[in-house]
Amino acid sequence: MMGIPPSPLSGKEGDPGSLRSPMRLSLGPLLYYWPRQRVLDYYAEVTGWPVDSVYLGETVCARRHELRLDDWLEIADQIAASGKEAILSSQTLIESEAELKNLRRQVEQGRFTVEANDMGAVSLLGKRARPFVAGPTLNVFNGETLGLFAGLGAKRWVMPPEMSGAALASMRLPAAMETEVFALGRLPLAYSARCFTARRFNLQKDACEFRCLDFPEGLALTTREGEAFLTLNGTQTQSARVYNLLLELPALRAAGVDILRLSPQTEHGGDLARLFRACVDGQMSSQAAWDEALALLPGEPCNGFWYARPGLDQVAPAQAVGASTL
Amino acid sequence: MASTRQPQRLELVCPAGNLQALKAAVDHGADCVYLGFRDETNARNFNGLNFDDQALAEGLRYAHDRGRKVLLALNTFPQADNWPRWTGAVDRAAKAGVDALILADPGLMAYATKTHPALRLHLSVQGSATSYEAINFYAEAFGVRRAVLPRVLSLAQVGDVIKNTEIEIEVFGFGGLCVMVEGRCSLSAYATGTSPNCQGACSPGSAVRWEQTTSGMETRLNGILIDRYADDERAGYPTLCKGRFEVEEQTYYAIEEPTSLNTLELLPQLLEAGVAAIKIEGRQRSQSYVASVTQVWREAIDLCTRDPAGFAVRPAWMAQLNKVSEGQSHTLGAYYRPWK
Repeated sequence: MMGIPPSPLSGKEGDPGSLRSPMRLSLGPLLYYWPRQRVLDYYAEVTGWPVDSVYLGETVCARRHELRLDDWLEIADQIAASGKEAILSSQTLIESEAELKNLRRQVEQGRFTVEANDMGAVSLLGKRARPFVAGPTLNVFNGETLGLFAGLGAKRWVMPPEMSGAALASMRLPAAMETEVFALGRLPLAYSARCFTARRFNLQKDACEFRCLDFPEGLALTTREGEAFLTLNGTQTQSARVYNLLLELPALRAAGVDILRLSPQTEHGGDLARLFRACVDGQMSSQAAWDEALALLPGEPCNGFWYARPGLDQVAPAQAVGASTL
Repeated sequence: MASTRQPQRLELVCPAGNLQALKAAVDHGADCVYLGFRDETNARNFNGLNFDDQALAEGLRYAHDRGRKVLLALNTFPQADNWPRWTGAVDRAAKAGVDALILADPGLMAYATKTHPALRLHLSVQGSATSYEAINFYAEAFGVRRAVLPRVLSLAQVGDVIKNTEIEIEVFGFGGLCVMVEGRCSLSAYATGTSPNCQGACSPGSAVRWEQTTSGMETRLNGILIDRYADDERAGYPTLCKGRFEVEEQTYYAIEEPTSLNTLELLPQLLEAGVAAIKIEGRQRSQSYVASVTQVWREAIDLCTRDPAGFAVRPAWMAQLNKVSEGQSHTLGAYYRPWK
């Protein structure tokens, strides 16, 4: 990996007209199912990455049990000890009483902030007056709904990935509400009760043999003419292309975004975090970082959602950005 | 929370994409008809479909004269730059005198509660509420009286939800099957830029291309090949989760076959579980679809209510429903656990 400058955690604010603090970086929850040791090794490495917040926990499938809540709490302690904010992400689709039980335990642990990914989590957190992060699957598309969540204790919200930059710019944000945007990774597009990985092997979800463990970045789904289209990750369906908003950093900054979310992938996570860090700190141009990131990503780039276009489109930003214009 | 529910009538809730469909539903025995305005405020925002104020007034008159209810779906998520369109729709619906609104967005629920406190609210399937904790939140915060469950729970899980909430539970009984959790699917937005959550449509007709090629009939969505049909196969509409794709060198319906949900055989169990209403999908379907499906379900619900133990699905019902099913086939979906 060449050309990435050293990465201080707090950089100089690039836009002299802004009073906001520099944009921060977060590492989203691990969406794939990896063997226990691989997860532990991964987060040991993450403690050295230039990210400010780390989201932890299983958000996709209740059957994934390589790590339990207590394991995640231990990782959270290590993340916190490295000077980063650790947040526990709740499961997106809750179906059973056992899953509700896990959710309650997560809410009641009381040591780490929780990212609420369904309304049951919002309700439990609100009743206990716990500050929380309103996750990307809560479908917050307007200020009125965000205001309600703020009243229940939301301090931060994660924009739904399908929301555009223009829509974000017209949001009325509650006072002191932080905005986080999914900025790098395969897009989590859909959730189902059905497991598509199990389906590929003619297995039922209840007897899935934990096949997800064999596919650390999911199963590639292509069209019948070989076009990479989607990624099957158990009950979750992701894009095949990799959402990358590096070129949109000035627009993100102008929209008042506080935190950029990077989604875990098997390789190069640290290098990608350093590229984002260098850009955010104004030490590298978006274009240079984008060019360098291209080879580190597990698929073609896309950014269409930001421009209110089909998500798989890659739109050239009107202003090709150099460091000087940051 | 122990439920003290009294045995109640199982309501049949039928779709209406226009006034003719509404009348067909009412004439064939629907207890409730649900519909939407002609714009992106509802999740069936298709050309030529839905109601303007005049059609709504006439539909309300037709249904109310016959003792039936009209539910209006405002179940997309209001956009920040266009909030008044959704609140305006709430006001229009309230003024018209609909029997309930079907909403998905908490902000819009707060508006409806504050502005029209007497108006009955239902939680749309687009609200993605799959647990009683989520459902009870809407009940407590906004006085929501009924929740429509996403098509993700098994029959036993539906029963658990009902035992732990005081509000009515409506489930899907028949029609097009969303494989993904409703409200949690951006596949169409990703492929076409049209989102069920925001624009109220999935796999829109404007993005569809049918092409006869030397390798067969190809169906595309915004240029993406969704399926290719041999000469002896019947080409279907390219809903993007119902196409054939390749995964690990196998070509198959990777997400779901073209099929419809049909839970007719579960009626006694749904009744026993305390389900308050059965929803028929298909506001985009024809008047004859609505008539046919409503007639079968009316008959079945009446028979089942009279004699649940003796209830048996009549082959003629299944034949009639299969005729209007996607791919002429049906599934129990998530109600039947192995489907998952």
